[in-house]
Amino acid sequence: MKRIGVFVCHCGINIRATVDVKKVAEEIGEYPQVVYSTDYQYMCSEPGQKLMRDAIKKENLDGVVVAACSPNLHQLTFRRNAELAGLNSYLCEIANIREQCSWIHSDKEKATSKALEIAKSLVEKVRFSEALLPVEFPITKRALVIGGGVAGIQAALDIADAGYETILVEKEPSIGGHMAQLSETFPTLDCSQCILTPKMVEAGQHSKIRLLTYSEVDEVAGYVGNFRVKVRRKAPFIDWEKCTGCGLCTEKCPSKVSSEFDRGIGLRKAIYTPFAQAVPNKPVIDRKSCLYFTKDRCRVCEKLCPVGAVDFEQKEAVIEEEVGAIVVATGYELYPKERVAEYGYGKYKDVIDGLTFERLLSASGPTGGEIKRPSDGKVPEEVVFIQCVGSRDERDEENALPYCSKICCMYTGKHAMLYKHRVPEGQAYIFYMDIRAGGKGYEEFIQRGIEEDRTLYLRGRVSKLFEENGRIVIWGVDTLAGKKVEIAADMVVLATGVVPSPASGELVKKLKIISDSNGFLSEAHPKLRPVETLTSGIFLAGCAQAPKDIPESVAQASGAASKVLTLFSGEKTVQEPIVASVNENLCAGCGMCISVCEYKAIDLVTELKNGKSSKKAKVTDALCEGCGSCVASCPSAAMEQKGFTTKQLLSMVDALSMK
Amino acid sequence: MKGPDPKVVMFCCNWCTYAGADLAGTSRLQINPNFRVIRTMCSGRVDPQLVLEAFLKGADGVIIGGCHPGDCHYISGNYKALRRVVLLKKLLSQLGINQERLRLEWISASEGKKFAAVVNEFIQKIESLGPLELDQEKISRTTL
Repeated sequence: MKRIGVFVCHCGINIRATVDVKKVAEEIGEYPQVVYSTDYQYMCSEPGQKLMRDAIKKENLDGVVVAACSPNLHQLTFRRNAELAGLNSYLCEIANIREQCSWIHSDKEKATSKALEIAKSLVEKVRFSEALLPVEFPITKRALVIGGGVAGIQAALDIADAGYETILVEKEPSIGGHMAQLSETFPTLDCSQCILTPKMVEAGQHSKIRLLTYSEVDEVAGYVGNFRVKVRRKAPFIDWEKCTGCGLCTEKCPSKVSSEFDRGIGLRKAIYTPFAQAVPNKPVIDRKSCLYFTKDRCRVCEKLCPVGAVDFEQKEAVIEEEVGAIVVATGYELYPKERVAEYGYGKYKDVIDGLTFERLLSASGPTGGEIKRPSDGKVPEEVVFIQCVGSRDERDEENALPYCSKICCMYTGKHAMLYKHRVPEGQAYIFYMDIRAGGKGYEEFIQRGIEEDRTLYLRGRVSKLFEENGRIVIWGVDTLAGKKVEIAADMVVLATGVVPSPASGELVKKLKIISDSNGFLSEAHPKLRPVETLTSGIFLAGCAQAPKDIPESVAQASGAASKVLTLFSGEKTVQEPIVASVNENLCAGCGMCISVCEYKAIDLVTELKNGKSSKKAKVTDALCEGCGSCVASCPSAAMEQKGFTTKQLLSMVDALSMK
Repeated sequence: MKGPDPKVVMFCCNWCTYAGADLAGTSRLQINPNFRVIRTMCSGRVDPQLVLEAFLKGADGVIIGGCHPGDCHYISGNYKALRRVVLLKKLLSQLGINQERLRLEWISASEGKKFAAVVNEFIQKIESLGPLELDQEKISRTTL
C-alpha cells in the first residue's frame, strides 16, 4: 500500500478562480492510497515547499502529487524539494490543473471535476512509480575537433586554452580550410592569411593541441564523456618527425599537376605543401602524380633530402583516442558551376567561381595577385559577376539549392571592388536578385563599392552565357530599367551556392547525428541551441551547420567550445534515468526494439543460461534518450520505460477514460 | 445532442504537443472541457494497447498528438506513431469502432491555437458520432 500525498495549489487566483481547489483536495483525500491531501495558495513558494517537506516527513509519504501549473515550469522545483525531504525525486509527479484546466475552461463545475480527474490520474501514476537514480558516468576530459578551418581552429584554441587536451583532425595536409584560400575578407579587407596564420601557428604550437592533419575520422563508438575514436592518418610518404620543412624536395620535383588549393588555375608538384604558410609546414607526396609511384622512376626528392625524411614505404596509421566531447566543424564546399545548366553548358576557362577568383586576387596565388584571364593570361577589361548561381532556386531539385548561401552578396561586392583596385580602368558588373548585407559594416561596404569603385549593379538574372570571338557573351536583364542586357565580358565570376562538405555526410552516420534536407548538420534547436546536436556530447561550429561568414563561424566555434567546457566542468555527467529497461524473462530476442531505436542504444546479446544460448536485448543506459519507441514496438511486453511504464500509463488511461 | 458528456483521451508528446497545450493555456484560449491529457515523452511511446484500453474503458475518442514530421525531438518517434495509427485504424474497424474516433495530429510547441482548434473540432465530431457502444461480440471474435 502506498502512502501518497496530494498538494493542490491555488496559484493565487489562477487556479482557484475556476477550480474549487478545496473540493479537489477534499475528494482526492478519499481516493485509494492517498493518505494526505491539502490545498495551499502558492505551492512553489518557500512556505509552500516547506509544507510539502513537512508533510512528507510527518506522514511518511512515499509518493507525492502536486496539482498545480505545468510540469514544464516546476517539476524540477518540486522534485528537488522532495529530495530535500528524503523522498526520491522520481516519486513526485505534477498534475497540470492550470495551463491545461483552469486557464482553458470557464465552466467551474466541469473544470473542478476535470481537475480532480487529472489529479487522480497522476496518483495512479505515482502508485506504480519506483525510485530512480540518475545515471552517472565519468567524463574523459579531452576533446576532438573534426575540421581544421577557422571554426575548428577557434574551437580547439578555446578548449585548449582552458587547459584541456584537444585533438584537431583535418583531412588536408594543412589546417586553414577555405579561409586560407581567401585574399582579403569583407568588410575590412583584412588580408585573410594575415589574420588566420597566427591562429594556425598557435594551434600548431599549443601544448594542449594535438594536430592530426592528412587524417580522417574512421570510427566513433561510445557516448558523451566516453567516446572511442579511430582516426586514420594517410601516409604522406615523408617522416614528419625528421622533415625540417626546407622545401628542397618540392623545388626539384619534376612532376607538375593542377593545384587543388589554386582551384585549377595554378600548379603544384607531386611532392608539395598546399600553400606556403601551411601548418604543419611539411610536404606530402601525391601518389597519383608521383613519377616513382606511377612509373618507378625519379626519386629525386629522396636523394636530395638532407635528413632522409622521404619514405616511399610508409604506411597509413590508425590512431585510437578516447575523448569526452566532439566538435564537428567540417565546413563547406562550393556548388559545382558545371551543374548549373545555363552557365555550365560547355566548359569555359574564363568562367570561374568565387574561390577561384580569390586565388587570382591573392598575392601568394598563381598570378601573384594580378587579375589575368585563365585562358590567355590577358587582363580582363570587363568582368561580369553573377550572384545566386545555384542558390535560391526551387525549380530544379536535382541541380539547384532552395536556400540562400548568405556570403555571396558580400564577397561578390568585395570581388568587384578588389578587381577595380587592381584594374582601375576596368568595368565590373554584378547581376543580382537582392543584396543581403546584414552584418556589422556590411551595408556601408556595399555602398562603398557602388560609390567609390563604380560597381554597376544590375537587378536581374542571366539567362544564357556563351563564348564568342574569345569573349564570354552574357544575356541578362536589368529589371529596374525594364531592359534586356547583353554584355561581352572578358571574364565571368559565378557566386555559386554553399553546400556542406562531403565529410559531413559521412560523419552523420558515424556520429549518429542528423543532417537536414540540404545536408547541413542539424542543431538541437534552431533558435536556442545552435551549437549543440541532439546527440549528447557532440557540438557544431561553422558552415557545417549552415552557410555563414567568418565572424559567425568564429562566434559559433567559441560557443561550441563553451558547451564542451561546461561538460568538462563536472566530475561526472548525468543522464535522466527515464530510460528503456528489458525484462529478460520476457525478451524473445526478436530485435524489433533495435530496429526502431534512433540512438543505437540497444544491442542483441547472446547469453548462455542453463546450457541454452539465447539472444536478449540489452540497453546501454548512457545512449538511451528516453523516447519509448522501443517499448511500444515490443511484441513480448518485455521492454519498459522507467518513469513511463505500461502499468503506469494503463492505470492513467483507466482513470481518465471512465465516465 | 443530449446524454452524458463525451470523453476524449489525448496522448501528448512532451516536447511538442504538450507544450502546445500549455501555450493554449497561457494564451487563455477556451477549449471544450471534455478531454483528458496523458503526457509521454514521445508520440512513439504510445502503444496501440493504450489506445484500445481507452476505448474499452469508456473513452469515446482518442487523439495522439506529436511533433511535425522531421521535427521529432527523438528524430523519428512520430513516424512510428504514424505507422501504428494507420494499422490501428484498420483494427478498430474490425472491432466495430468507427475509425474517425481515433485521430493523429501534428501539433508543435508554438501551435497553441491549433491545439485548441483540433481539440474543439474533434470533440464536436465525437459528439456527432455519439457515445461509443462497444460491440462485445465483434470484440471477442477478433483476436486482441
